[in-house]
Amino acid sequence: MAFTIKVNKKTYSVDVDNDTPLLWVLRDVLGMTGTKFGCGMALCGACTVHIDGVPVRSCITSIDSIGASEITTIEAIGTTPAGARIQKAWVDLEVPQCGYCQSGQIMSAAALLAGNPHPTDADIDDAMSGNICRCGTYLRIRAAIKLAAQSNGPRG
Amino acid sequence: MKPERLLLLAGDKAGSPAPKGFSRRGFLRVGAAAGGGLMLGLRLPLAGGEAEAAEASFTPNAFIRIAPDGEVVLTMPYVEMGQGTYTSIPMLIAEELEVKLSQVRLEHAPPNEKLYANPLLGVQATGNSNAMRGAWKPLREAGATARIMLIAAAAKRWSGDAQSCSARDGEVIHEPTGQRLSYGALAADAATMPLPKHVTLKSPKDFKLIGTPAKRLDTPSKVNGTATYGIDARPPGVKFATLAQSPVFGGRVKSLDDAAAKAVNGVRQIVRLDDAVAVVADHMGAAKKGLEALKIEWDEGPHAGLTTQDIAHELERATLGAGAVAQNIGDADKVMASAATKVEAAYELPFLAHATMEPMNCTAHFRQDECEIWIGSQAMARVQTMVAKAAGLPPEKVIIHNHLIGGGFGRRLEADGAVRAVEIAKHVDGPVKVVWTREEDIQHDMYRPYWFDRISAGLDEQGKPVAWRNCFAGSSVMARWLPPGFKVGLDSDTTEGAIDLVYDLSNVRVEYVRVEPPGVPTAFWRSVGPSHNVFVTESFIDELAAAAKQDAVAYRRALLDRSPRAKAVLELAAEKAGWGQALPKGSGRGVALQFVFGSYLAQVAEVEVSKEGAVRVRRVVCAVDCGAVVNPDTVEAQIQSGIIFGATAALYGQITLKNGRVEQGNFDTYQILRLNETPAIEVHVINSPETPGGIGETGTSAIVPAIANAIFAATGKRLRKMPVDASLLKRPT
Repeated sequence: MAFTIKVNKKTYSVDVDNDTPLLWVLRDVLGMTGTKFGCGMALCGACTVHIDGVPVRSCITSIDSIGASEITTIEAIGTTPAGARIQKAWVDLEVPQCGYCQSGQIMSAAALLAGNPHPTDADIDDAMSGNICRCGTYLRIRAAIKLAAQSNGPRG
Repeated sequence: MKPERLLLLAGDKAGSPAPKGFSRRGFLRVGAAAGGGLMLGLRLPLAGGEAEAAEASFTPNAFIRIAPDGEVVLTMPYVEMGQGTYTSIPMLIAEELEVKLSQVRLEHAPPNEKLYANPLLGVQATGNSNAMRGAWKPLREAGATARIMLIAAAAKRWSGDAQSCSARDGEVIHEPTGQRLSYGALAADAATMPLPKHVTLKSPKDFKLIGTPAKRLDTPSKVNGTATYGIDARPPGVKFATLAQSPVFGGRVKSLDDAAAKAVNGVRQIVRLDDAVAVVADHMGAAKKGLEALKIEWDEGPHAGLTTQDIAHELERATLGAGAVAQNIGDADKVMASAATKVEAAYELPFLAHATMEPMNCTAHFRQDECEIWIGSQAMARVQTMVAKAAGLPPEKVIIHNHLIGGGFGRRLEADGAVRAVEIAKHVDGPVKVVWTREEDIQHDMYRPYWFDRISAGLDEQGKPVAWRNCFAGSSVMARWLPPGFKVGLDSDTTEGAIDLVYDLSNVRVEYVRVEPPGVPTAFWRSVGPSHNVFVTESFIDELAAAAKQDAVAYRRALLDRSPRAKAVLELAAEKAGWGQALPKGSGRGVALQFVFGSYLAQVAEVEVSKEGAVRVRRVVCAVDCGAVVNPDTVEAQIQSGIIFGATAALYGQITLKNGRVEQGNFDTYQILRLNETPAIEVHVINSPETPGGIGETGTSAIVPAIANAIFAATGKRLRKMPVDASLLKRPT
C-alpha cells in the first residue's frame, strides 16, 4: 500500500507492504544507502536513524509505524548542530576504519549529544553500547563524543 | 590500450641494463603516459607472493602517473578495508617525489578497464598484513626515480645542471635564479629523460611525511553516508535478492514449495539452485519476507550428524601420530627424556566466523557474452577467475567494479559470495544484488580453522626450557586458497608463530598434521596462523614459568638474549603496565610476546574475574616495534582494533556444529565486544629504522594468550581452550 514519509525534510511516496522495515525503504526504494544493514534484529545499530530526533533501529521499524514523523538519516545529520559537531569530531580523531558501522554510530552519538550536551562515561556507555563496531573503534568513538561535547562550551 | 604500449619502456631498450639500486631486476618501467605526462609502472608483492615468484615476465601492477596538470595519480592493487592503506601507501611516494600528500590521488585497480586493460596477473590480494611491507621500498624508489627525472627535465629546460635544482611541493626550483617549474609542466619531458643509474633514498631523519600522523583520505566520506561499499551498488534496474543455503554443509534442496513466497507483494522470482534458494524482489524487505515464506525440505547429505566434538576428537587423534616437520633444532626427544621436569599440555581453539559488519553481498549482471560484478573484495583477481568459471565465460569477459570493504578480516579474500551471485544472476533478467542475511553470513562463513595442539617441554634444574615439542592439527587454508604455497605437508601461514620463536631454545621439534574438517569450509581470519599459534606458545611459556615458579616476564626475558628487539618490547610493556604491582583480589595481569608479520609486539592484559567467573578485560598495555612507522595514528588505531577483535574471540568467539548445522546465527549468539566492555588500551611504539612490519593483525594474535595468562594470574585456573568458559572460573561461595 502507499505511504507518504518525510525523510530529511523531503516528502516521499512509496508503495510497499505495511510491515516493510524502514531500512529497506530508505536503501532500496529511495536509494539512500548511507544507512546500513547489519543484523536485521536491532542487535548491531548499523541502521540507526532518527525519528523525531529519537534514535531508532530502522531494520525493525515498520513503515506503517512512522506516520507524519520526521525521519533524519546520516545523509542529513550534518545539518543539525549536534550532528555537525559529531561528524567534525569523528574526522578530527580519525574514528572510522572500515567505516561501515559509522553511520549508525554517528546517528546514536548525535542523538546522545542533542539531548545531553555533556554526557558522562556512563551516559556514553548507555547510548552507544547498542552499536557494534567490528573494527573496534570504540575508544576513539568515546573520545570523539567527549571532544564534540567540549565544543558545546563549558559544562553548566 | 595495453600497459605495455603506453609504457615506453626506457629500461627495456635493447642492451640497456636494469637500473642499479633496484632490488629486483626490471622492477620499474618508465615512459610517457597516454594523454601526456609521465608514467611509472612497478610491481608490488601481494599476499601469496610465493606463486608470483615463479612468473618469469615482469608485469606492472601499480602505476604512478604525473599528469600535465600536475596531479599525481597512484593506481595500486591494495584495497582499503579500514587499515588506512589508502593514506599510508601514498605517503611513501609523496615523501620521495616531494609533493604534498594532498597532491596524490589514489585509484582502485583497475580503475579504468580501458586504460589499464587487466594489469592484474598472478594473485591479486590484500592480506597477511603485507601492503606496507611490500610497498615500503619499491614505492619510495619509484617516487625518487620520478623526482630525479623531473629535475633532469627542468635542468635541461634551463640549460642548467641538475645539481643546482631542487624539488619541493610538486615543483622544481632552480636555486641560483629562483625559477620554478611545476611537475605538470615537466612531466612529458621527464618521460624522455634517461632512467637514473643510482637512486638514493632519504635517510629516515629527513622524512617530512613518513612518521607523521597524516589525516586519512577516506574519512570524510565515512562520516556523511557517501562512502560506497559493495552493498551500496545500484546499477540501473537492479533487483534485490536474499537466499537460504543448505543449513547442513553439503546438503541439497530436496523439495521446494514457493507458492506463499511468490504471493508476497514485491517478490518477482524464486531461483532454485542445487543447494540454495534465492528470492528476487523489488527490495530486500520483500525478499526477506519471501524467504521466510519459503518451505524448503533439505536433503542433508553426508554431514547431517556432524558435531564440533567429532572434529575435535579427530584432530586430537591426529596429534598422536607424526606430522610434517615444520622445525627441527637439536634433538628435542632425547633432551626431553633426560630433563629434570617435563610439562605437557593440550590446547584447543574453536572455529570462528568473521562477522564483518557489511554482510556478504555481491551484485551481478549476467549477459550472454559478459558478466558484470559489483563487490568489495580483498582479492579481485580471484573473484574474476571464479566468476568466469561460474559464468562459463573467459576471465576478460568478467568486469569487476570494486568498492570499499565493510570489514575484510580475511572473509573478502574469498569469492564464494560472488560465485553465488552469478549462479543466481544467470536466472535473472538484469542486474541482481544478492545480500545475505546476518544468519546466512554467520552460518555460511568460511571459518578460522579449529585447532588441536599437543605441546610439551623439558626443563632443567633451574626451570629453563631445554626441549620443546609441539604437534598440532587442523585445516590448511593455504592448501586450498593457494595450492603452490602448500608443500611437503606445510605452508608458511599455518606454522607462523609456532616456529622461529623469539626465545632461545636449543632443542625444538614442531610438527603439523593437516586434517580438513568434513564439509566445513575454512579460510584466513585476521591474524591467520598466529591467531592460533601465538595463543598456544605464549600460554605454554607461561605454564613453564609457573612450573619453574618464576615470574612470567622475568622467565621470558631470560630467554631473549639473542632477540634484543623482542626483549625491548617486553620490557617496555611490562614497565608501562606496572608489572609486579599489586592488584585487587580476583584481578590479574598476563603477558604475551610475539614476532609475527615482521613486527615485535608485547602485551600486558589486566583482567578482573567475578565470583561468577565473568571476565572483564580492564586494561591492555601494548609495546610494538614494527620497524619504521609510516603513519603513527594508523598504527595506534590498528593495534586498538586488533586487540578488540582478539578480545572478542577470547571472551565470546566460537562457532559450534550440531547435526551438521552451525548453532550461532546473529549477534545475540555470536557476540561481539561492545563499547561498554572495551578495555583501556595504551599503545607504545618503539621508534625503529628497520623495514616496516605488518600491523593490522598483530594486536589480535597476542591478546588472546595475554587474557588467558591474566586469568591464570587472577584465579590460578589455566584455560587451555578458547573462548573463556566462565563456569570453570566460578569461585566456591
